[in-house]
Amino acid sequence: MTVTLIFLAVIMVTVITWLLRQTLNVQPWVSDPVADAASGKSLPTHTKTVGLTTFLAVATSLFALFVSAYTLRMQMVDWRPLTEPNVLWLNTALLVLASVAYHWTRSQAVKGNLSGLKIGLVLSGTLSILFLAGQYSAWGDLNESGYYLTSNPANAFFYLLTAVHGIHLLGGLYVWARSTVSAWRGGDAAALRLSVELCTVYWHFLLFVWLVLFALLLST
Amino acid sequence: MAYVAIADRDHDEEHHDPQTFITKYVYSQDHKVIAIQYGVIAIFVGLISMGLSVMMRLQLGFPDQFSLITPENYYQFVTMHGMIMVVYLLTALFLGGFGNYLIPLMCGSRDMVFPFMNMLSVWVYLLSVIILLASFFVPGGATGAGWTLYPPHAISPGTPGTDWGIILMLVSLAVFIVAFTMGGLNYVTTVLQARCKGMTMMRLPLSVWGIFMATVLGLLAFPALLVAAVMMLLDKILLTSFFMPAIIAAGENVSYTGGTPILFQHLFWFFGHPEVYIVALPAFGMVSDVLATHARKNIFGYRMMVWAILAIGGLSFVVWAHHMYVSGMNPYFGFFFATTTLIIAVPTALKVYNWVLTLWQGNIHLRVPMLFAIAFIFTFIHGGLTGLFLGNVIVDLPLSDTYFVVAHFHMVMGVSPVLVVFASIYHWFPKMSGKMFNETLGRWHFWLTFLGTYSIYLPMHYLGFLGVPRRYFAMGNTDFMPASAQTLNASMTIAAIVVALAQFIFIYNMITSLRSGKKAGPNPWGATSLEWLTPDTPPKHGNWGDDLPVVHRWAYDYSVPGQEQDFTPQTVPASEVPVGRDHGVTHS
Repeated sequence: MTVTLIFLAVIMVTVITWLLRQTLNVQPWVSDPVADAASGKSLPTHTKTVGLTTFLAVATSLFALFVSAYTLRMQMVDWRPLTEPNVLWLNTALLVLASVAYHWTRSQAVKGNLSGLKIGLVLSGTLSILFLAGQYSAWGDLNESGYYLTSNPANAFFYLLTAVHGIHLLGGLYVWARSTVSAWRGGDAAALRLSVELCTVYWHFLLFVWLVLFALLLST
Repeated sequence: MAYVAIADRDHDEEHHDPQTFITKYVYSQDHKVIAIQYGVIAIFVGLISMGLSVMMRLQLGFPDQFSLITPENYYQFVTMHGMIMVVYLLTALFLGGFGNYLIPLMCGSRDMVFPFMNMLSVWVYLLSVIILLASFFVPGGATGAGWTLYPPHAISPGTPGTDWGIILMLVSLAVFIVAFTMGGLNYVTTVLQARCKGMTMMRLPLSVWGIFMATVLGLLAFPALLVAAVMMLLDKILLTSFFMPAIIAAGENVSYTGGTPILFQHLFWFFGHPEVYIVALPAFGMVSDVLATHARKNIFGYRMMVWAILAIGGLSFVVWAHHMYVSGMNPYFGFFFATTTLIIAVPTALKVYNWVLTLWQGNIHLRVPMLFAIAFIFTFIHGGLTGLFLGNVIVDLPLSDTYFVVAHFHMVMGVSPVLVVFASIYHWFPKMSGKMFNETLGRWHFWLTFLGTYSIYLPMHYLGFLGVPRRYFAMGNTDFMPASAQTLNASMTIAAIVVALAQFIFIYNMITSLRSGKKAGPNPWGATSLEWLTPDTPPKHGNWGDDLPVVHRWAYDYSVPGQEQDFTPQTVPASEVPVGRDHGVTHS
């Protein structure tokens, strides 16, 4: 549980420090012309950005808890580490490229270059789908080598962690599909740009999570 | 963004908008309709859960009188009662119900920031409730594993509902967590980003602070339950061994090996303890507003109240293992968790002092919401103090698994939050419906509920000290339990039936008042916060008519010295009426 505790401590300290700063040296019971002029927005970003950031905190909590469960279960005597299939290295490269592609797409969206944006979207989507296909083939490899789900908790955790990560990527691909359709149909440019910007953040986040999970799987 | 579109619309156009019944009341994206949908579903399952508790009490009070209640049924009732009350009633009602209703109105916004997701949230919540209730009707019935669902017995043969009941329970929890996350993202983002002009965080009513912090806790803690539910589902369906050790169940070797049930306990309580505060913090916030309004006095120590909410929120993540003292742990861990548990009592006690000091020299109006709010202070002090007993390892060990624990947590997170639920429903009912409730029926409801619950749970502490174990279907013949313990049990059962019946007074009161109550007017209690200042009562779609409100003061300007009126709404500028402690200094 140490991993989760450290992570949660960081989040809680950030949230509480930020909130405390709103409360120190404030005396709400006297009149305050500065407060009267306050806009009512706490952060100078788009509402959807705040929504996504909050969701990333939730997802991080979920993955941190899975990692904690992994490290706790690992200490039991029946744990037999598995040999990770080599295809995972290729998959990792694909996901890195997908993340880079999304970053490039974002720069095209900022520039307002629609054709570049379309190329970028197709590229990042394809790479992400290839990553998912690669993960699926890794499952096949494991099954063929006799690392079944039920034969050892290490195997079960491998399937579980990759599945949870994959499901999060699928959710991202749903938003990706919507922005791709919108790009081709010539939808609202500002909304499209925001969607691409948020997806970029989400893809970087999922890459980071995958790198942590991959390192954990390799090292144990 | 739906709410921007509404804001930009012409007022008349909005008024004449052709809205079908379906889009207005069923697939509505309006936070107020969603709030009421959440509330109605939650109260509906709450009533079912209350029925289950009456069945349990009948068995305990009059053992072997009812052939209908078998030991299997009894465990199913215990399990479903606990889970429904904690998750599907209290969490959903406080955050989905009151959170949805109050956040946009108190912050001065037109709606939640993601209305579509908000609508999805309530429908997914309904789905989780349907899945949960379906488990009563599947082969083998609902799960009887106890609300904590501890493995290995939760999925081992011999426990009721191990075929389908436990699967539906775990799936339903996972679905509920999805629903909660969609709602929770809305609540947090709306509080942060959609307040009206002049509404700084420190001018927010404490209700919003409580709901906000509880949502943050929920968003970070519910994933632990999701992880536990998913892994247990895999153990049950695909026969993995995350939690399941190699054991002999019902005379046969199971196919599991080497799993650790303690891991489940950690995950469960990592969610389970913050869950207590997910229920308590909104109650703390809302009761503060009800007390200040009906005592005609500003809340004592507003900033301290906010800091206490933050401190409780932070500390609630480092006390979870105090639920596991008897599971066996390193004594140093026990020491650590006992210490944090006692430390969390400090900000909590601080809040209690501040509520009492708010009442001191107030102009107290003992209306129905205020009666419930004051009763909450009683039950909460009571339940909180027994928590100090149980937080100490050495005291907890002998009291663990006795009725003392049952009495403690029912007092502190059953009766207390429910009293705040009633205080809040009576307090905000005139705004939600535009009608007044029947005061006399409200008082009957209050006294029966308050005295009734005390007559259930006060004697229960005594049973605990005697050593009467919890969870037992029947006590059998034992030397350490005197015959009078059974008499006490019978009296508690009668009290429980009275309390259960009293709730129908409440429901009757709400329904008849909704149909034929007196017109309430926009601000019947003379309250200061924004929800009482809407142009229409009940507020229409978009809440504020053409212009959003502008805030000039905090929410607690009651009985400001030198003022004719004993309350000053948040929208009144300091140039017209001085703010609370300005002592007559006007700002030009």
